[in-house]
Amino acid sequence: MKNNVVNVALVGNPNTGKTSLFNQLTGLKQKVGNYPGITVDKKHGKCKISDTLTAEIVDLPGTYSINPQTLDETIVLETLLNKDNDSYPDLIIVVAEVENLKRNLLLFTQIKDLQIPTILAINMADQMNRKGIDIDVELLKQELKTEIILISSRKNIGIDNLKKELANYKNWNTEPSAKISEKIDAAYFSDLEAKFSENSLYKTWLLITQQHYCHFLTKEQNTKIDIVKKDAEKIKKYQHKETIFRYQLINDILKKTYKVDKATATDLRSKLDRILTHKIFGYVIFATILLLIFQSIFEWASFPMDLIDVVFANLSELAKDNLPPGIFTNLIAEGIIPGIGGVLIFIPQIAILFLFIAILEETGYMSRVVFLMDKIMRKFGMSGKSIIPLISGTACAIPAIMASRNISSWKERLITILVIPFTTCSARLPVYAILISLIIPSERVLGIFNLQGLTLMALYLLGFAAAISSAILLHHILKIENKSLFVIEMPNYKVPSLKNVFYEVVEKTKAFILGAGKIILALSIVLWFLASNGPLKYKNAEQFVPSLEENTTVSNEVLQKKIASYKLEHSYIGYMGKTIEPIIEPMGYDWKIGIALISSFAAREVFVGALATIYSVESEGEDVGTIKQRMAAEVNPKTGEKRFNFASGMSLLLFYAFAMQCIGTLAIVKRETKSWKWPILQLTGMSTLAYIVATITYTILK
Amino acid sequence: MGDTIATLQIGESGIIEDFSLDLIPLCLLEMGCLPGKEVRLIQIAPLRDPLYIKVNGSHLAIRKEMADQINITKL
Repeated sequence: MKNNVVNVALVGNPNTGKTSLFNQLTGLKQKVGNYPGITVDKKHGKCKISDTLTAEIVDLPGTYSINPQTLDETIVLETLLNKDNDSYPDLIIVVAEVENLKRNLLLFTQIKDLQIPTILAINMADQMNRKGIDIDVELLKQELKTEIILISSRKNIGIDNLKKELANYKNWNTEPSAKISEKIDAAYFSDLEAKFSENSLYKTWLLITQQHYCHFLTKEQNTKIDIVKKDAEKIKKYQHKETIFRYQLINDILKKTYKVDKATATDLRSKLDRILTHKIFGYVIFATILLLIFQSIFEWASFPMDLIDVVFANLSELAKDNLPPGIFTNLIAEGIIPGIGGVLIFIPQIAILFLFIAILEETGYMSRVVFLMDKIMRKFGMSGKSIIPLISGTACAIPAIMASRNISSWKERLITILVIPFTTCSARLPVYAILISLIIPSERVLGIFNLQGLTLMALYLLGFAAAISSAILLHHILKIENKSLFVIEMPNYKVPSLKNVFYEVVEKTKAFILGAGKIILALSIVLWFLASNGPLKYKNAEQFVPSLEENTTVSNEVLQKKIASYKLEHSYIGYMGKTIEPIIEPMGYDWKIGIALISSFAAREVFVGALATIYSVESEGEDVGTIKQRMAAEVNPKTGEKRFNFASGMSLLLFYAFAMQCIGTLAIVKRETKSWKWPILQLTGMSTLAYIVATITYTILK
Repeated sequence: MGDTIATLQIGESGIIEDFSLDLIPLCLLEMGCLPGKEVRLIQIAPLRDPLYIKVNGSHLAIRKEMADQINITKL
């Protein structure tokens, strides 16, 4: 028999275990894609539900209502209302959770009223006994006019029953569960129904109330809606009435079908809350957790990072040795392989950080942090919800900026996005490491602190300080109406599910690879091209350099290095470096550092590799020792002093701390803010700041 | 001035009075914060903002400016 595919949408409140159910149903067959036109990640996967039926399941973002508050939530509305989208569901699974059934049912009744076949899956049913909850499922089915399956997605209970029922979707009752019209204004709504006879009444109502989110509407449809939309006050009032009416209905139903024996309910939640949101202990605990996270990132990530570095250096060598010499081999060995390595090297840090964040979110602790930090963050024009993006920024700004999507106030979200690149991301670390080891003596202060370590810590703090101060500045400059709709759920504490944490880490890491990886790789190839090609002088280097008088006596090895060095100087990128030399001179840099600065636009850490090439050191893996020695020996011809002395070194450190040198980030800011204005502001603002600070530093210290 | 959610002390409860629908965002209603429902203040963040409340079975955190708008009768 033919195997039919049906589209299934998974809808539910956050914290209902919806994603856990998705993971159970699809396993590793899930994919992350994009919704057309918008850039929110779309998680989808296949699941076989019977011999003849396969479900293409979409995990829609968690939402409390079909009326969206945040960017993620608009996806739910668009997917369910726009019949022409690829994911328009043949059937919907609404996931609810036993403990918060009342609130979960609000969303259910909204979805059910769309008159798409809908089933209710009540999750965490295994905990009913422990929590003293009793549900009369049969009666609830009748009242809500729906099929109901009790499941426990974490313990894999009820999933088979759910699949069996899904196969039967054509026989489900598609009557609306709430007839909103009768209770509010029967005449008004029957008029609407007549005017928009092509849609179900509730869909018409949503198109009217949420018109500005429905980008799929045609011009004609919009005009038609505009006509009935004149009385905005009335519509708003009816929306409120609708919600109150839905809750009344749900209350009445639950009175008959849902019982909680309060004596059985445990009190772990309030005990934990008392400690974790305490005005002193709360912050102490949060600070300790942060410290542990950063500590672990450094401890655990260094080994795999070194490994990736060595493996890719060897791969390059291997490619050079085994492929026939020529431009194509050079492209692979010097462009593509180091490019891929430059992307992969960040994965350990990013994965470990998101592992911790996923665990903290899964347990329910993150909401407490948001609660504790909200007022403080608001003084800086941000929200308590900005904490997660700002912490994520210490790994990579790209997933961090994407994590800002659940901030509902546009101003708070925008400020968060704009200041994230100041936090010290993992790409800055290799640059900091080599510069610090060059200019800061490895001495101990007060007997215990290593001066180099302290400098690194100071740079981290400087990053946060820069983020906070620019946020304050933006808070006062940006004239954006700040409609704060800060309502967050404080979910119950849970033991994190390893499976969910695993998928979350995989997803975030993928987001980085797809978002930043492509750009880093592409730019690495462009830079390779610019560095290995040039006008006439570049092409004649092989003949010209050996003919110089000073080179007649040197060994072949030295000669080769001199040729390489001469080639670089006369390559396209060499000319670019020389062009910007007058501009960067006030900061204490020459054209060679200029090349490294330009190269850093792929990713900051390319700075180290670029300098390695420039000082004609054959880069053999992580051979910092040699690069360092060469850098230390470099002399500024004008002053006769060392090129990398304390003044220019500090100036470079501060330049890297402040400058916006990451095209991947700029691209993602453009995507998330849907405008070139903000990434351009970021680029000019941060780079100007970096230039001024670095110039002042160099002038004072030299 | 009558009582609002913001004038509750930790551990105290009240019943939400009819509020002006214009001032209260829809999302708060949707989270279960409805007239006639009991609301209990569980915790206040340092600097007295936001407030952690339990209302209609939901545990929520809302900002003080919003809590100020919701009139209650203390229990």
